[in-house]
Amino acid sequence: MILALWIIIGIAVVIVLYIVFTFNRLISLRNRVDNAWSQIDVQLKRRYELIPNLIATVKGYMKHEKGVLTEVTKMRANLVSGSMSEKAKASDAISNAFKTIFAVAEDYPKLQASENFKMLQEELSGTESKIAYARQFYNDNVMALNNGIQQFPSSVIAGILNFKEREFFKTEESEKKSVKVEF
Amino acid sequence: MMLYDHISSNKRKSILLIVLFFVIIGILGYALGAYIGNVFIGLSFAIILSVIMTLVSFYSGDKMILSMSHAIIADKKKYPHLVNSVEGLAIAAGIPTPKIYVIDDSAINAFATGRDPEHAAVTVTTGAIQRLKRDELEAVIAHEMAHIRNYDIRMMMLVVVLVGVVALLSDLFLRSFIYGKRKDDIKGGTIVIVVVLIGIVLAILTPLIAQLIKLSISRKREFLADADGALLYRNPKSLANALKAIRDDKEPLVEAANKATAHLFIENPLRNFKGKVNGLFSTHPDINERIRILEKM
Repeated sequence: MILALWIIIGIAVVIVLYIVFTFNRLISLRNRVDNAWSQIDVQLKRRYELIPNLIATVKGYMKHEKGVLTEVTKMRANLVSGSMSEKAKASDAISNAFKTIFAVAEDYPKLQASENFKMLQEELSGTESKIAYARQFYNDNVMALNNGIQQFPSSVIAGILNFKEREFFKTEESEKKSVKVEF
Repeated sequence: MMLYDHISSNKRKSILLIVLFFVIIGILGYALGAYIGNVFIGLSFAIILSVIMTLVSFYSGDKMILSMSHAIIADKKKYPHLVNSVEGLAIAAGIPTPKIYVIDDSAINAFATGRDPEHAAVTVTTGAIQRLKRDELEAVIAHEMAHIRNYDIRMMMLVVVLVGVVALLSDLFLRSFIYGKRKDDIKGGTIVIVVVLIGIVLAILTPLIAQLIKLSISRKREFLADADGALLYRNPKSLANALKAIRDDKEPLVEAANKATAHLFIENPLRNFKGKVNGLFSTHPDINERIRILEKM
């Protein structure tokens, strides 16, 4: 009788410990996702700030590509306000527009030679790759969180404690190819 | 997540390794003490020496390494791409941006040092900045970032110091034995004599063993950092191309590198062009092997 009691107490302790452990793990996974998201936001904001500067610099040269510049100006606001998918969409549209702008810029040696333009180009491409890295980090963390929420048995605890799955920061084409690592 | 598992396994291994080294150091100290007639003095000397050296290297080893390598802080205006790449890859790795240094040397090379991701530094040669393509440089930085995130930097720093302590103690013991006067009247019973004999054997063998442990860890870490770096940068071809450029470097010698820092670099900075000393005693795995693995990913 006493033995049975001890076994029941033992099992109860293990279960409680498991719940506490899983809860803490889910919390830290969720915090990681939030932190990763703020990294994306910082970079989107940086890009938002750089765009007027770029437009002012290239406007004089882009007589025939006015459309691209209007597109960038239009999308710019969505970088800092709007839902996650709107931000992702705006970010990708702007990346594409930049490709056009920098391609056109190659036809203008004077623009190419300008220190200001060179610096802007470096800064914008740096920001662009940082957005890609932040997205990669964010999506990795979202996957870890979603796995924790979906996989049994932590899924039970996640369900009871009302943990929500997160959305990937995703767009169609610009995802970098994933890499298979093996030894 | 396998990556986080990998990091904790690395932390565990660091602890295990330190324990192993402290046991070796303890035996050496004991033998030294038994020989001079006071086990306590020998043991405490060995322990205090290793603790002090470990603490000093833990807190200022990175600064010593950086100044020894003539590394200077990278100016963002002068090296915008370098700084942007490091900042970006730090985001990808989920760690704070490490300090960024440059070594003025035409050889292509790079290393990372520090005690944890919060106190870390990435260093590249100006040769790497000028002669590697942009994506190749970024891949090299990704490799270094992997070293930082995986705590390889801490592990290698500790290993180097402990190897040094073992070498120092062994040397001290052998010298006092060879030049000491008390060869015939070691006090105590057979146990002490046995310990002293073990000490002699250890003193001769351990520096070599410690060195081999260090080198084998260093080689293993390089493969792992290649793989993790490729995961961070998502483009193993670029790192493979960078390694090819490093392999075909006509002047690979980094002037400010030495034997104590050679294992830190992405590829041995002391090698001669074409000169191959790979195997048990090399700090780095065969570069062609690394390229082959990266190209298969």
